[in-house]
Amino acid sequence: MPTPTEPEAPVIEFVDVEKRFGDNIVLKDLNFSVRRGERVTLIGPSGSGKTTILRLVMTLEELTGGYIFVDGEPLTHREKDGKRVAVSPKEQKRLRTRIGMVFQQFNLFPNMTVLENIIEAPIHVLGQSKAEATAKAHSLLEQVGLPDKADQHPLSLSGGQQQRVAIARALAMDPEILLLDEVTSALDPEVVGDVLNILRNVADTTNVTMLIVTHEMSFARDVSHKVMMFDGGRVVEEGAPEKIFSDPSHARTKQFLSAVLRDA
Amino acid sequence: MIPVAPFTADPVPEPTGNIWNWDFAIEIFPEILRAFLEVTLLVTVVGTVIAALLGLVIAIMIRVLPRPLAFVLRWAANFIRMTPLVVQLLVLYYGFTWMDPLTIGFIVFGVHYATYMSEVYRAGIDSVPKGQWEATKALSMSAGRTWRRVVIPQALRSTIPSLGNYAISMFKDTPFLFVISVAEMVRVAQTIGAQTFRYTEAITIAGLIFLAASYPTALLINRLEKRLAYAN
Ligand SMILES: Nc1ncnc2c1ncn2[C@@H]1O[C@H](COP(=O)(O)OP(=O)(O)O)[C@@H](O)[C@H]1O
Ligand SMILES: [Mg+2]
Repeated sequence: MPTPTEPEAPVIEFVDVEKRFGDNIVLKDLNFSVRRGERVTLIGPSGSGKTTILRLVMTLEELTGGYIFVDGEPLTHREKDGKRVAVSPKEQKRLRTRIGMVFQQFNLFPNMTVLENIIEAPIHVLGQSKAEATAKAHSLLEQVGLPDKADQHPLSLSGGQQQRVAIARALAMDPEILLLDEVTSALDPEVVGDVLNILRNVADTTNVTMLIVTHEMSFARDVSHKVMMFDGGRVVEEGAPEKIFSDPSHARTKQFLSAVLRDA
Repeated sequence: MIPVAPFTADPVPEPTGNIWNWDFAIEIFPEILRAFLEVTLLVTVVGTVIAALLGLVIAIMIRVLPRPLAFVLRWAANFIRMTPLVVQLLVLYYGFTWMDPLTIGFIVFGVHYATYMSEVYRAGIDSVPKGQWEATKALSMSAGRTWRRVVIPQALRSTIPSLGNYAISMFKDTPFLFVISVAEMVRVAQTIGAQTFRYTEAITIAGLIFLAASYPTALLINRLEKRLAYAN
């Protein structure tokens, strides 16, 4: 098991992860790791467990078996004297601060302005000054192409604009790890490209580790270092995007890709 | 509080045969209005403030306390809600004889309606989408900030009309204060009637004051509700 200070420790490591909802085993014996700065895309049919993986990393779901390490430290459970024991809430929160997530449904706070959405956590979680957080928020809004929307309320924005604010909000926390769960699936087709371009730009200009779930295969091909194909809660195949998309080894992957590419 | 003093108006006006005597009505109006302001309105305002705050605390506690404690709290709230207000007034009145009856009124109206309002808040809290909670967690927001900045403001939005209606209900329940001998408005009106044998004016005035107070309140609630709606 990796020790906390090991410099080579992966940023995210799944060890024998199992996730159950009641009797329904959704993930089983899942082992994989993600290196610092690596961008990994999870693909696979609906219900294969991709969202669950992201939600486990964000600690939005309870891990029912195995271990997840972030920077070599146990995220929710550690092994102690052969037993699996929960990590203290304080410790969990400390690690969670390094992880950001963008949701399919944006989940902006409708009772706050765009600016308030972005600066809330940097001020009250990271302890930044209001001036510092506000300046950063304005530059992020610039980066996502919404420099003049700071004082608007989220519900007055279009879906694409809301998602861009949500990206800015996540980036304002300076996450080491960014989780993107089908962030363009709820958007009108004509704005999908804008949002993906912003994410391409984030990928090009930062070293943030990304775990991405998407059906946008050309985006996945452009930004990811590695693609993992899931089916039924298991990794069917993984590899460089060029390999997976042009020359998949498994019949299941071929079948899935041809179905997705036909729909697109 | 106002003692129920004998009403010392001049001798009863000549029975004119009219049901309504304007001079008499104008003469007794200040006395009834005073009872309204000093008791009825006061109990309603203080009771509403207590109920609105305590109701919110109860609703949050039921969500955050460990299960057994939350269960006890919910059960206690149900018990209070299911017991008549009048009985609660009497229990405190005879159980705590050292307590000022008006204070008992504040407590009973406040706590009784808090149990109703807590249900309203609970529905409001339940109506906050799961995604909002998840977003606060993804941003590592503390539980306190999550409640203060995200959940409560969004929960309140849908609760204002129901809370306002309970405040109006409370207002209309204030005549029950007569059971603990508090001279609220209806009691005062009735006393005037009993002493002068003219009930019509006194009781009508009391009724009109009720109406004059409830109606604008309902309008106010309506406006507040609109203001709380998100800008679109
Ligand atoms: N909260 C939940 N309760 C019960 N079952 C769930 C829950 N969330 C997901 N599942 C189940 O887990 C499986 C994987 O879901 P998910 O991770 O959302 O898949 P994907 O994102 O790949 O479509 C599905 O069978 C789904 O029904
Ligand atoms: Mg999914």
